[in-house]
Amino acid sequence: MQTAAKPPVANDLMGWLTSGALALGAVIAIIVASKATTTPMMVHTFIMAAAFIAGIVGIMNLNMRLKAGHYDAPSPSGVHYNEGVVKAGVIASMFWGIAGFVAGLYIALELAFPALNFDLSFLNFGRLRPLHTSAVIFAFGGNVLIATSFYAVQRTCKTRLAGEVAPWFVFWGYQLFIVLAATGYLMGITQGKEYAEPEWYTDLWLTIVWVVYLLTFLATLWKRKEPHIYVANWFYLAFIVTIAMLHIVNNLSVPVSIYGAKSYSLFAGVQDALTQWWYGHNAVGFFLTAGFLAIMYYFVPKRAERPVYSYRLSIIHFWALIFLYIWAGPHHLHYTALPDWAQTLGMTFSIMLWMPSWGGMINGLMTLSGAWDKLRTDPVLRMLVVSVAFYGMSTFEGPLMSIKAVNSLSHYTDWTVGHVHSGALGWVGYVSFGALYCLVPWLWKRERLYSLKLVDLHFWVSTIGILLYITAMWVSGIMQGLMWRAYNELGFLENSFVETVEAMHPYYVIRAVGGLLFVLGAIIMAYNLWRTAKGDLAEPISVHSPAATPAE
Amino acid sequence: MIKHEIFEKNSIILVIGVLIVVSIGGLVEIAPLFYLESTIEKVKGMRPYSPLELAGRNIYIREGCYNCHSQMVRPLRDEVERYGHYSLAAESMYDHPFQWGSKRTGPDLARLGGKYSDEWHRAHMIDPRAVVPESVMPGYPFLADTELDYKYIADDLKANAIVGVPYTDEMIANAVIDVQAQVDPDSDYYDDFMARYPKAQVRDFDGNPEIISELDALTAYMQVLGTLVDFSVYNAEENYR
Amino acid sequence: MELTHADVAAFAQSWGLVYLFILFIGTVVYALWPSNKKKFNDAANLPLSED
Repeated sequence: MQTAAKPPVANDLMGWLTSGALALGAVIAIIVASKATTTPMMVHTFIMAAAFIAGIVGIMNLNMRLKAGHYDAPSPSGVHYNEGVVKAGVIASMFWGIAGFVAGLYIALELAFPALNFDLSFLNFGRLRPLHTSAVIFAFGGNVLIATSFYAVQRTCKTRLAGEVAPWFVFWGYQLFIVLAATGYLMGITQGKEYAEPEWYTDLWLTIVWVVYLLTFLATLWKRKEPHIYVANWFYLAFIVTIAMLHIVNNLSVPVSIYGAKSYSLFAGVQDALTQWWYGHNAVGFFLTAGFLAIMYYFVPKRAERPVYSYRLSIIHFWALIFLYIWAGPHHLHYTALPDWAQTLGMTFSIMLWMPSWGGMINGLMTLSGAWDKLRTDPVLRMLVVSVAFYGMSTFEGPLMSIKAVNSLSHYTDWTVGHVHSGALGWVGYVSFGALYCLVPWLWKRERLYSLKLVDLHFWVSTIGILLYITAMWVSGIMQGLMWRAYNELGFLENSFVETVEAMHPYYVIRAVGGLLFVLGAIIMAYNLWRTAKGDLAEPISVHSPAATPAE
Repeated sequence: MIKHEIFEKNSIILVIGVLIVVSIGGLVEIAPLFYLESTIEKVKGMRPYSPLELAGRNIYIREGCYNCHSQMVRPLRDEVERYGHYSLAAESMYDHPFQWGSKRTGPDLARLGGKYSDEWHRAHMIDPRAVVPESVMPGYPFLADTELDYKYIADDLKANAIVGVPYTDEMIANAVIDVQAQVDPDSDYYDDFMARYPKAQVRDFDGNPEIISELDALTAYMQVLGTLVDFSVYNAEENYR
Repeated sequence: MELTHADVAAFAQSWGLVYLFILFIGTVVYALWPSNKKKFNDAANLPLSED
């Protein structure tokens, strides 16, 4: 209202510079391909060259479309929000989400029925497990974070996303990272460090993309029309900055040759272990927690139509969380060859971390105070709220498991897997689903979702799936831990290792069933979102509608 | 206008604040470890991997074995009885990257060396359930049929030397020969090889003298795991941290 | 003087505590400072005031 609509302008200089850089990248990729020492490296360099050339075409196309006036109409207050890249992020999230969940289901079945490995290199559990973890964390979670951060930062700053080429570069560059990582695992390219498996050139590429992401986000904050930086943007910023730092330090390595994929980590043994779990734990802290808390702080108030319960608490939550998290990594290394004082430090901070985590949970839940009835009528809000409850549960379980005595039992067992999945499926999954359910009608300018009944169905199917999953893993994990340390009356170990493997079988089957339900839920969701984007409506508006609509 | 500039700077202040908060935590915790010899015990017997063992280790990493097998025996009664002496930091001092793992879907492998025969490993890698019926491990029959690619193995040693593994120029120069020497007890290079890599095991690991297979390399690696440190002269109290 | 593991660890452990304490107090004071109240209320309403 205060400003006239300023349409987006193509920046030719930026277009040419980026195209030039991409062309240079393509030339380097082709040179490396011609001398590649292994076939997988050759495949990867060809993929990169093709992607860079496609990028140049994409930039030319983008600038042409902008000049021809093809961009989204301004909002009522006259801001031309960049919604195209957010839409792309929503579609990519759903696509990679289902791919990653299916990969998870498949490896769960492999553990229950090992014949499914088919004795093939590219289908074996060891190569598919990183594919699953990277697909759900980086491909699904990453795309959700990019899409929601690009949406929320524009809206809370009342300004268009900075740059025209940059946001699309971030989006497509990130997809290229995912493709390189995933195809690499299948071909056996890995650094062998959990959650940091991609090799040196993929890491370098991600670093470039991530720096552009940070700059795009910052530049959008700089041109904001609001005096304040909303707290969700604090969390997004901490996520982007810290992930950059963690990624760079943990992936420091020396490539054997620039014509080959293999590299050797700069660190060895105990130093490498601590660096890795400083990275690994903070990837959980800043990628899967801070990033998704940003989603909570934006989408829960928005959906509940009331401001966050306590903004002051959110500030304390923010600083306490990012401060405490960074120390907690050594709890992954209890009773190992890591010095004792570092283990104790990690344990202490992990337990302290419980406090800000629950502060955040309370803040999210209490945002609904006075509007609890919406939980009954709006399954999307219910999904968001249940995600916060799962956040509370896993952030209680986490500190518990970081206590050395508990850890001596839980470590190396399925209990850890169950803990991770209560956080991943319940917290990260549900808060993402909630955000996507909000975003699709907003972005495609639909009155509401195609079907709230289907959201309800999705919620119940996947909730049962999660409960089956985590209870199966609790039982199998604790049982396995107890079996490993059981002694018979003569003072000998009661069980051989393989007896404990055999005892896991029923729980691995139950876990796979839980995973199947979660996948089904996601497919229901994809269908619902697709029909919503198309503009279809399933049921009459009065049935479940959260916003009261006047009768006709 | 001036007011707006201050706010523009706020986001930078925020970024700097975040960076300070998160980097101090990491520095204070990790930095001490890089200072100290006392992080790594004084032990006898550790040496860099032979080229064949290193190639085997790279196959171990490639196939993602660390997803199901740890290499870190904790100092708990049942673990020491099940697997052997608890792991020392020194035992992974040449491991770039470390492979301690985080999950035991299968047993710990830190002290696997010498526990089973080569024949057992061969049968187990080709079809795990032929040897251990309840196993859920994938089969890796392709390893026995695939020739090991060791043309560039000297470059691997070089890269390791850059990151601090004490490979000598002599070791790097003889890397390819050493791969061949380790699978052939009758070779002329036997003595030189043993001088470079004391306690190395030399034999045709996969039972197929026709080719040097990936299974040769992987078995050589599995058979050396946890065997290098001489525990008869190791003093635990001296090394308490 | 040569820096040993014990020195660095002792420094980290003692000054780490001071640092933690200062940071915590600073955050709480900033969050509860009375004149910041209006600022925070405005910020809290940002997601609701858009179109």
